[in-house]
Formats: sequence, structure tokens, C-alpha cells
Amino acid sequence: MSNRRKNEEKTVSEIPTELKFTSEHEWVRMEDEGTLAVGLTDYAQGQLGDLVFVETPEVGASFAAGDVCAVVESVKAASDVYAPVGGEVSAVNENLADSPELISEDPYGSGWLFRITPEDPSEWEGLLDSEQYGELLES
Amino acid sequence: MAAKATPLRDIHRALGARMVDFAGWELPLHYGSQVSEHHAARAAAGVFDVSHLALTEVSGRGARPYLRRLLANGIDRLGERAGGLYSCLLDESGGVIDDLIAYRLDDHRYRVVSNAATAEPVRSQMRKVARAFPVRLEPDQERVALAVQGPQAMELGAAACRAAAGPRYAAALSALKPFNAMEEEGILAARTGYTGEDGFEIYLDAATGRVFWQALMDAGATPCGLGARDTLRLEAGLCLYGQDMDATVTPLHCGLRWTVAMDPPQRNFVGRRALEALWESPDLPSFKGLVLKGRGVLRAGQKVLTPAGEGVVTSGGYSPTMSASIGLARVPSGSYAQSEVEIRGAGVPCAVVKPPFVRRGQVLVDVEQTKE
Repeated sequence: MSNRRKNEEKTVSEIPTELKFTSEHEWVRMEDEGTLAVGLTDYAQGQLGDLVFVETPEVGASFAAGDVCAVVESVKAASDVYAPVGGEVSAVNENLADSPELISEDPYGSGWLFRITPEDPSEWEGLLDSEQYGELLES
Repeated sequence: MAAKATPLRDIHRALGARMVDFAGWELPLHYGSQVSEHHAARAAAGVFDVSHLALTEVSGRGARPYLRRLLANGIDRLGERAGGLYSCLLDESGGVIDDLIAYRLDDHRYRVVSNAATAEPVRSQMRKVARAFPVRLEPDQERVALAVQGPQAMELGAAACRAAAGPRYAAALSALKPFNAMEEEGILAARTGYTGEDGFEIYLDAATGRVFWQALMDAGATPCGLGARDTLRLEAGLCLYGQDMDATVTPLHCGLRWTVAMDPPQRNFVGRRALEALWESPDLPSFKGLVLKGRGVLRAGQKVLTPAGEGVVTSGGYSPTMSASIGLARVPSGSYAQSEVEIRGAGVPCAVVKPPFVRRGQVLVDVEQTKE
């Protein structure tokens, strides 16, 4: 997410410990089949305000870590979403086309953005854990 | 420099508002959901803290001749009534220094309400023009300004007035006709607004303003932030200074021709000569509404591709009332009803319509025409 700001309210206590994170306020979940689910953190959605449009990537598209692969638009502005790791998109959340508010209502659940099959599974290890992400929010 | 605070800042913070810096003022963006606040103003009543607006008292026997010279709109259009007149303030080349509302109380007493971001250029222009007139300009004291907007605004406003300013004031407010104004007991009120809904704007001293705000909350009004203020005015097709117009364009470039009074021809207002030269020009752009038919969100600065050439989105966003993305755009004149807007490199189709999009809770543009 490109328009992060600091010194806003903290949601450290609510950061799910089973997830990994990026400094761009995305969360990443390891799924059973080895793919990674990606979404925006609660902090990120709070910063954006009411969400009104989501452009998800195409299934089958490939991205390098850090590539822009989705766009979320709120009442306020458009924000880029970056691929947390390199790989191929294996699924996207089709429900967001009609219900972008799912991201605000359930950021770690039904508001997920897409799934990616990592090219190099070890990139997972390089992501932030919940404690590190909490520190980032507090810095 | 620390942001300026309105007398209600602690109240906004206590309500959990997300505060932002707006033209050097710390103001609420929203209190949780901008979209819910928008709907509240369309369906019931919303209240906005607009204490950042600049209020200038204009008084003296030269007040009316002064405003005839200062404003592009004709102050005489108000006649002998107490009321508000929307006008542009122009420079000699016709560029828009600001848009404002001038309230006439009587022939010797006027109040001018202008934008916070342009406070300095407005003050400077008002002083410069005032040198030739027997007129006194007095800036702002610390005031609370509230906009109460929505179908229930007058009803809730009268209830709040009974608590904060007494029954006599409440009765006078209830009797106020659209675009009329009054000032009694040091409280200025006018049945005007920036949302396309019924309602009023009111200017009170800080202490009374806090009481009035609380009385509005008790009556059931919804606190609304700058975010909802922007989507409401966009739906209402109302220009935002700094976005839809600035000193590089004239009122003829932003759909505000109707606010320029060329009659009587002898009224020599600032910018008149420049506008006369442009008035009949075939090259003037049109100022239109856009409804996006494809996917995405219209934003200021996006390129508009029309059959008559290229234009630009000056304001864009999401319309909660229409559940669609809408915008205002400066485009080449022509009789086309469709165009494309360039969003992230791709042309997305949109309908070209005449603003406003929404007024008094009703969608006014042909929604069928805007479907894909």
C-alpha cells in the first residue's frame, strides 16, 4: 500500500499472530496447499476509509515481489497493492467486485484479495511476523 | 506550523473522528464511515463543522457599491431582502481568486464567507478594492460555523435553536426562505448549503456554538466530516475551489456563467473586461458531469477522450447515492453524450451528463443512459 501514514491509532493487539506481513501493510497467510493468501491489514483499511472499488489481478498472471498487482480505491484515493512475494496468481476474490466493503468489514477473512503460488517458497521466511509488524505500526 | 483548531475540536476527537489537516485547519475527515454520513445527510440531517471558513464583515454606506465592484455576481440581485448571493471573486484577467457567499443583512451591513485555503488572496483583494469606497472590513473573530443539511435539517435545527438561542430565534429560523439570511442576537443564519439538500448554515460565538452542536446531537443530527461534504457537493454538481477552478480559469470555464451578472452593462466589476472578451467565444470548453460506465473510479486529473477532443476530470469520486463513480470535467464543447476516461492507461467508457447528479435526495441524471 503506497499511502501509509504513521502515528495513527494502533491496532497492535489485534494483529493475528499466524500471519506474515509486509511493510506496505499487506498480510500473507500460508494455505494448506502451499499457496499464499494476501489481503490488506486492518490498519491499512482503516487508513483508506470506505472502500468503493478493487481491481484484482488476472488468474495466471506472474509478478515479482514488489510489483504492483492490484489497486484498491476508497472514497479518498487509489492505492496500489504490491505482490508480497514473486509467483503466479492462482485465485482472486471475485466477491470484491460487487462488495469492496468486505475488506473493511473482515480484512483478515472474507476481504482477502488474491492467492499467489510462490516461485521461491523461502521468500515467506523474509516477511515480517506479527511482532515485527506491530513494531512497524508503533514506529 | 501547528494546524488551527476550531472551537469544537475536542468534541470531534471525543466522537472518534479521524482528524486531518485541511488548509491549515485540523478538521474531521469522518467519524467512522464517510458513506454512512453521506446517506444521513441525504435521508435525515447531517451537521458539518465549517468553522474554518473565513467570515468578513463588510459595513458602511459604501458597502453596496463596493460589492458591486468587487463581485462578478450582482449584489443588487438580492434586492432589499436579507439573503445570500453566490459569486466568484475575480482578478483583472477574469481568473477566479475564490468563490464565496455574500450575505446582505441591510444596505450597510454584509457578511462575506470565503474559503479557508484562499484566505490570504481574498483578504488582499478585498482590501485593495476597498480603498476606493467608504467601507469597513472586519475579519473573523473566533466563531463556530455549522452547516446543517438534509430533509430534516430545518426541523432539527429549530429544535436545537430553542435550546441554544431561545424560542424567538428558533421561530425566525423556521420561517427562513431558501437563500434568505438573518442576523439576530449576534447569530447569522442562512438557508443555504453545499450538499444539494435543504438546510441552513449558521455562525455563532464559540460558547453558543458548542451548546448548539450538542443540541443538534440531542435532536438526532449525524456529525459529518469533510469526506461526506465532498461527495455530497460532487453529487450536487457544485464546484470546489482549487479543484474545479482556480486563478488560471474564469467562471466561464467551470460552469459558472450563470453567476456572472453582465447586466447592467455599466457595472464595472473586477474582471469584467476580460470576461466580455471571452463571453461569446466559440473556443470555451464545456463543464460537464461524467458517470463512469466501466470499472474504476474517476479522479481529478484523469484525461477525458471525447469525440470533440481531449478534456480533463476536475473532480471525481464515488457517489454513494448512485452507487457509481461520478465526476466533473472540463471538456471541448459539442453535443456528444459518451466519452472515455483514461484510467491507468486504459480508456473506460462514461456517460456525459448535465450536473447536478443528485438534488433533494433524488437522482436527476438518466440512470439508464449511464448503464453499460
